[in-house]
Amino acid sequence: MIEIKGVHKSFGDLEVLKGIDLNVNSGEVVSIIGASGSGKSTLLYCINAIEKINSGNIIVDDIDVHDKKTDKNKLRQNLGMVFQQWNSFPHLTVLENAALAPRIVKGFTKEEAEEIARKELVHVGLGDKLDVYPTRMSGGQQQRLAIARALAMKPAYMLFDEVTSALDPELVGEVLDTLRLLRDDGMTMICVTHEISFAKEVSDKVAFFHKGLIEEMGPPDEVLGNPQRERTQQFLSKVL
Amino acid sequence: MDNYEFHWNVVFDAFPQLLSGAFTTIHVSVLSMLLGIVIAVLLALGKMSDSKIFYNMANIWIETARNLPALFLIYMAYFGLGAYGIHLSPYFSVFSALVFINAGYLAETFRGGFQSIPTTQYSAAKSLGMNSLKVYRHVILPQMFRRIYHPMTNQFVWSILMSSLGILVGMNELSGETQRLQSTSFRTLEFFIVAAVMYFVITKLVLLASGLIAKKVFKGELS
Repeated sequence: MIEIKGVHKSFGDLEVLKGIDLNVNSGEVVSIIGASGSGKSTLLYCINAIEKINSGNIIVDDIDVHDKKTDKNKLRQNLGMVFQQWNSFPHLTVLENAALAPRIVKGFTKEEAEEIARKELVHVGLGDKLDVYPTRMSGGQQQRLAIARALAMKPAYMLFDEVTSALDPELVGEVLDTLRLLRDDGMTMICVTHEISFAKEVSDKVAFFHKGLIEEMGPPDEVLGNPQRERTQQFLSKVL
Repeated sequence: MDNYEFHWNVVFDAFPQLLSGAFTTIHVSVLSMLLGIVIAVLLALGKMSDSKIFYNMANIWIETARNLPALFLIYMAYFGLGAYGIHLSPYFSVFSALVFINAGYLAETFRGGFQSIPTTQYSAAKSLGMNSLKVYRHVILPQMFRRIYHPMTNQFVWSILMSSLGILVGMNELSGETQRLQSTSFRTLEFFIVAAVMYFVITKLVLLASGLIAKKVFKGELS
């Protein structure tokens, strides 16, 4: 379970998170929507401890993420993250990309790591690309590689930061299909997304962010189907 | 000049001396390159450091190395330091100047190579649970190395060719040896033609070897 309590975060004078409270239960899919600059992505970076927070707490399975004593590298093994830019490692093949962290972080042998990686790559539909270098693949394929690479660490949670935003429209579908696959596997996920209809379909909970605060949160049918707050209505009328 | 007669025998007889000169050329280039690389790493780190002192020290070295003629630096090492009673051998004068310049140029190559790796590569590797050391060892440096590899080869070729300035301080590298041999035999053109061919062969071999190694080592493509 991920518990986010009263999280504040500033970049210099700019306060981007102004007190966020959010719980994500195991097996839940939570989508975060909202305009650019509303703090959605920043929250993911804070959950993963890539960014520090100014106050509040983020607790992942009883571990305080921002406690000085917390081993951040160990923590991140449990929190898979996929970025807007897929960040394939261009000097490694698809298989090596996904096998690298299990080998050098978790200490599996090359064979074991590659076996784990192969399974995840087959799962996301890249079984025929194992020996290809990622720069030879489409953005959608590279994004699926990024997902498989994160899954190979066997995380309990997956954080998705606008993973379809940088893709050509015709490639969005294959990546969303992969996310649906993970939901069906029972993966706990937080998806920052601009794909409203996808959020409606897969989420257990949708949070609408506005200027660093959660303006409205609840089941997708309510937040997206019958929003109560004026700002949510305005936002949805613009994007739908 | 019209009736210049080529006499190659003298040159062929002196070939062992030319080879020995070529060996010294390679020797000084390789060593100045190796030490230059080590210093360049430190200079590049200095230039990227937040400390004003390190930044300025690195910057002064780099700017001096990149904006002065190699010949001046050799003269300063040989004659300039000599004026202070510090007498460097011709070999060491040339070696020092080449190290100084190689370090300056390579520092900028290294810094550029490092900064050309998107910071998102770092975040992505971090998000997989790697500590910083592993991120650099497995993700950043391999990509950086392939970006700086060919500029490094060029710098090495430059060192080989610039070591010929050793001729001016009496160093017995290929050019100095050629100069000495032609001045006693008066077969100037023959000696310099043969030396030119030797330089050409050496640099071509370096480039060929460098290309073969690159082909073997570098897999995939740059993003």
